Amino acid sequence: MSEAITADGIRKRYGDVQAVDGVSLSVATGEFYGLLGPNGAGKTTTLEILEGIREADEGRVELLGLSPWPRNPKLLPRIGVQFQASAFFNKLSARETIRTFASFYGIGPRAADAMLERVGLTESANVLTDKMSGGQAQRLSIACALVHDPELVFLDEPTTGLDPQARRNLWDLLRDINAEGRTVVLTTHYLDEAEVLCDRVSVMDHGKVLRTGAPAALVREIDDTVRVRIESGLLTVARARELLTAAGAVHSNLEDDGVTLALSTAEPGPVLSVLAEQNALRGLEVRGATLEDVFLQLTGREYRA
Amino acid sequence: MTATERPPATAPAPAAEGGEKANAFVGLSRVMLLGFLRDKGTLFFTLALPLMFLLLFGVLYKGGGTSHVKVAEIGQVKILDEARAHAEGSLDALEITTGLSEADALAKVRKGDLDGLVAEGPNGTLVLRFSQADQVKSATVQGIVNSLVDGANQAASNAPAKYTLDASKVEDDSTKPIQYLTPGLLAYAVAMGAVYGASFTLVTWRKKRVLRRLRLAPISAGTIVGARVLVSVLVALAQTGLFLMVARIDYFGLKLTGNWWLVLPLVVCATLAFMSIGLVTGSLAKTEESANGMNQLIILPMSFLGGAFIPLDFAPSWLQDVSRALPLRYLIVPAKSVLSQGGGLAEALPAMGILLGFTAVLCAVAWRFFNWDDA
Repeated sequence: MSEAITADGIRKRYGDVQAVDGVSLSVATGEFYGLLGPNGAGKTTTLEILEGIREADEGRVELLGLSPWPRNPKLLPRIGVQFQASAFFNKLSARETIRTFASFYGIGPRAADAMLERVGLTESANVLTDKMSGGQAQRLSIACALVHDPELVFLDEPTTGLDPQARRNLWDLLRDINAEGRTVVLTTHYLDEAEVLCDRVSVMDHGKVLRTGAPAALVREIDDTVRVRIESGLLTVARARELLTAAGAVHSNLEDDGVTLALSTAEPGPVLSVLAEQNALRGLEVRGATLEDVFLQLTGREYRA
Repeated sequence: MTATERPPATAPAPAAEGGEKANAFVGLSRVMLLGFLRDKGTLFFTLALPLMFLLLFGVLYKGGGTSHVKVAEIGQVKILDEARAHAEGSLDALEITTGLSEADALAKVRKGDLDGLVAEGPNGTLVLRFSQADQVKSATVQGIVNSLVDGANQAASNAPAKYTLDASKVEDDSTKPIQYLTPGLLAYAVAMGAVYGASFTLVTWRKKRVLRRLRLAPISAGTIVGARVLVSVLVALAQTGLFLMVARIDYFGLKLTGNWWLVLPLVVCATLAFMSIGLVTGSLAKTEESANGMNQLIILPMSFLGGAFIPLDFAPSWLQDVSRALPLRYLIVPAKSVLSQGGGLAEALPAMGILLGFTAVLCAVAWRFFNWDDA
């Protein structure tokens, strides 16, 4: 499979701050790729260098086989960039906005309206952009990024500030975009979102890529224990320990907080069969580590800018 | 806006089936025009406010030029009564009040309610008391009374007048305040529209990241600038049309002379010069508030010094010199000339050249400070 993006050793310094410190990455054509990291990790600068908005101090970038810097008018129609929701013209309705963006690519109003329909904004087509809700504005900004049918799409925190419904609907839209064969690069602070959507993610901090891989693989890499919980009162802690030890089920952190009896184990099979034998499965939950655990383990827990 | 930029060879339009096409220049011009028409604040400051100024000043200055002076006649003043009986022309400018005591009249002159008092003194003297608070009026009242005395002396000598004065104004009789108000306030309006149009487009679009978005679209800087120029010129021509319509109604009575249409290319050149001022402030300012401050700091002094509100003819020479360094003058002076004083290409062309020179210099300055992003 050919590469949609290759970046090799890019660096960017602002004054004393080394914002990007030797990032190399590659994104395959048709891949859904996530760039994760705490605030100030260098995600935005990396993304801007990839998009061709900024020049890297060092390193090489190719998008679809072309260099994005200096501004390359041959490349521009092939990429779509979504900005955070307010990058619209003043005093224009949703329909006028998308038709204007479409006109930059020589695309007529009918195709622009079709894209508005696709993101479910036909009914709000006459609403001025500064009167739109957060979800509507996000969907419009995505529609504006997609209106010229680009092969490669950059999405910058597309679901920030949305309610769960709007978020799930937007996920469906993003999955569809990717399923049509477009390469999608996403930045987000929601790690569940990255886990659900992305084929691969890179976790960045201090201007460097710390780890890259499929979300599930990264999770397994850091931690293979799972946490098993059942309702409190089905078994006492002492009885549970006795039964588990008798069955040879390796476990740790066995505790009961009055609501939930919980334990950690690397081998959930024997533990679950002990609990099943005792008919003590009410309220059962078995949960592994998440991408969020990976993220926090890689980047620490101190507050960021 | 890099030098390497050029329009794409052919914009791919995969979704534009059925021959449906769109044009970025048209799209952008539309955006800017709608942004102007839908912004009540902008409409007010570029169209309504200058027009209100024109109406207000037009009404205030109507009939200006002759200044009436008010004098009190104390007792019987023979010269005055005789002159009044013969209805001499010079008395037109004199408004005479009778029946006041000398002390009362003097108090009124001191307060400025009267411009002078006239009484008969002993031995054929005519007593005139006036206040120097208003120099024009004090000179007028002295001149009128003096001429009355001269006339009476000459009549008393019974000799025919050897010399007579035939005085008339240089200006054509139809010269009215509207003739300098129209170009002055029009220039102010055009300056407001063009400076704000350019600077706010730049600042808001940069702040809202629209500039960045435009940079990622396959359109050239020329398309963006061209659309902005088109819209600003349209706005300026609309302002011109509106001003001329209002000024020409009978009440104000502006009469256009032959080459009045030269005001149109003048307005276009001035719009370019003012837009380039807006490009400078829009490149320097980070927010609308600071752009607004800079624009006012430029437009208001430029309007006063350039003669938008007060005709430069009466300004001291140093002020005339200052006005020569500001683009506004090069719209007002030739516009006044071509609109109503029979001026032609000889007045308009050099000014147009100077305005385009301002444009070139200011654009170069703007280019130096221009930024796509505020980051």
